[in-house]
Amino acid sequence: MKLLHYTSLWFLAALFLILLIWAGSFYFIMLDEIYDSIDDGLENQKSLIIQKASEDPSILGRLDFDESNYQIRKIPAALAVNYRDAYRDTLMYMQVEEDFEPVRLLSTAFEYKGEYYELSVITSMVEEDDLIEDLLYSLLVLFLGIIASMVILNNLLLKKIWQPFYQLLERLRNFRLDDPKLFHAPNSQIEEFRLLDNSLQKLLERNVQTFNEQKQFIENASHELQTPLAISLNKLELMVNHPMEEEQLVLAASVMDNLERLIRLNKSLLLLSRITNQQYGAEEEIDVNSVVKKALHDFSDQADHKIIHLILEEKGHIKAKMNPDLAHMLVVNLLKNAIVHNHPGGEVQVLIEDQAFTVSNTGKMEALDEKRIFERFYKQGSNGSSTGLGLAIVKAITDLYGFKVAYSFNGRHEVRVEVRRQV
Amino acid sequence: MKILIVEDEPDMRQSLVQSLEEEKYLIETANDYDSALEKIGVYDYDCILLDISLPGGNGLDLLRELKKQNKAEGVIIVSAKDSLDDKIKGLDLGADDYLPKPFHMAELHARVKAVFRRRKLDGHQTIELGNLSLDLASRTVTVADADLVLNRKEYDILLYLLTNKDRLVQKTSLAEHVWGDYIDEADSFEFIYSQIKNLRKKLRDAQANIEIQSIYGIGYKLHLK
Repeated sequence: MKLLHYTSLWFLAALFLILLIWAGSFYFIMLDEIYDSIDDGLENQKSLIIQKASEDPSILGRLDFDESNYQIRKIPAALAVNYRDAYRDTLMYMQVEEDFEPVRLLSTAFEYKGEYYELSVITSMVEEDDLIEDLLYSLLVLFLGIIASMVILNNLLLKKIWQPFYQLLERLRNFRLDDPKLFHAPNSQIEEFRLLDNSLQKLLERNVQTFNEQKQFIENASHELQTPLAISLNKLELMVNHPMEEEQLVLAASVMDNLERLIRLNKSLLLLSRITNQQYGAEEEIDVNSVVKKALHDFSDQADHKIIHLILEEKGHIKAKMNPDLAHMLVVNLLKNAIVHNHPGGEVQVLIEDQAFTVSNTGKMEALDEKRIFERFYKQGSNGSSTGLGLAIVKAITDLYGFKVAYSFNGRHEVRVEVRRQV
Repeated sequence: MKILIVEDEPDMRQSLVQSLEEEKYLIETANDYDSALEKIGVYDYDCILLDISLPGGNGLDLLRELKKQNKAEGVIIVSAKDSLDDKIKGLDLGADDYLPKPFHMAELHARVKAVFRRRKLDGHQTIELGNLSLDLASRTVTVADADLVLNRKEYDILLYLLTNKDRLVQKTSLAEHVWGDYIDEADSFEFIYSQIKNLRKKLRDAQANIEIQSIYGIGYKLHLK
């Protein structure tokens, strides 16, 4: 749920509750006030009528409201003693409206010359009723108005106020550790946003620094390893050229094999860090078809030996701006991978289309983890001589040039490279 | 044949000296920029193995100096940096070859001999051993004056083993030399074996008196019978 909707929703709920309570209390207070004023009026009329009765006793027998708003009825003394004033809402037929209309009725008792009378005074509540109705409607309109403007304001304000935040979010989304120049914190007058920007900027700078240091570290470490590896290998070579017992020779061979594995691993790591450190310049227009053909030719002996058929299908022609060594490395690593993780009698097929090429191979009949397959040191099975870096190199090269690379399994393992710069 | 080894790592230097001396070359060494510069100024060398990162200066500057004196020919840059830039710069400055560390000794011998051949210091362009003769210019092999027909890979293997005769050549070294660097990660180098087998058969059929011996899974050694 978006921040905007979320806050709007909360605002709506809170406003609804607050306005509801407020409107309810307002309504009842107003109602009370109105009744109070009506009842005061009735009270006043009552004293006026009682006063009038002492001047004009003829009204004492007035039993119908008729044109006036009161009636007087004689009541027994016993009843009058316990009589209390009472205000009531009731209905009365109104000639004007031709209908029963609400009236407020005051019943009271008084004594006049030893006689007891009950006085009922009424006043029409039609006006007051309308007033209450108007009040309710006004409240409702006010309520809706406030909510509507709240929502609109919230929308506008939020969009405006939070704009730097959304800019920041967008930039963060596009941020890449290996291309940190993309990140600039947007300017904002709001302190919290400035703080957020600054903190993020610092955090990212630290990250970029760590990332670079790590990259540099791998490269330096690989570099530093080259010389001792070279010395060890060459000394061993000198050693095996001296007359030796078979047993010693076999041991030396094993050491050499592992040393060579270490050298390969180190070379691959160095290559990887060179690619990610963008130390391969000099791009030129590469004819990918001929790179593939050459690589297939180079691998033919190895494939023949493992009884694996290499098949090339050219449906299109790919030209890409790349470093020639990296183009070669990309194709070679894909083919190597397809040949190594295969079985005798299997197949490796390269399909070249206009914008992409696909290397597919037979092998284990189960899909590999497509998310992890391009990770460094992810190994399928336990192939001793595999460094687990081949596809990581493929990924690094495709990333460098903005190509897309994806793995899929449909009975065959398939790696597809889209040779089109993705922006 | 006189070779100068410019290398600051004592262990590395010693291995190079030891291995190259087996070929009866005259070896001199320099362990830093200044002593190398001094030696270059005084003597002429047929081949110089030049490390790029040296105490006291850069090997590339040494190469510039050599070029100025018209002595850059025959320089093999041996570098642990394996940087493309250095390689391009070095070859531009007239170096003959570029060999990144770590390398196999057999490869070094092949490169050194290639330098000598290119500079025609051997006098002739054939390699002879026993009754076998390999002509580098025409890429043909004869055994007792009869042509021995080899395919490209067989020829490359034979040439590599011949340049390293009596030396144990590792499978990896052979594979990288003949099939290229990229082959390195291939799960095993068994496929070399079938090529060797074919080559052996052809040599035997032609009655060549040289033999390719397999050495306990390490590699091969070519020698006279």
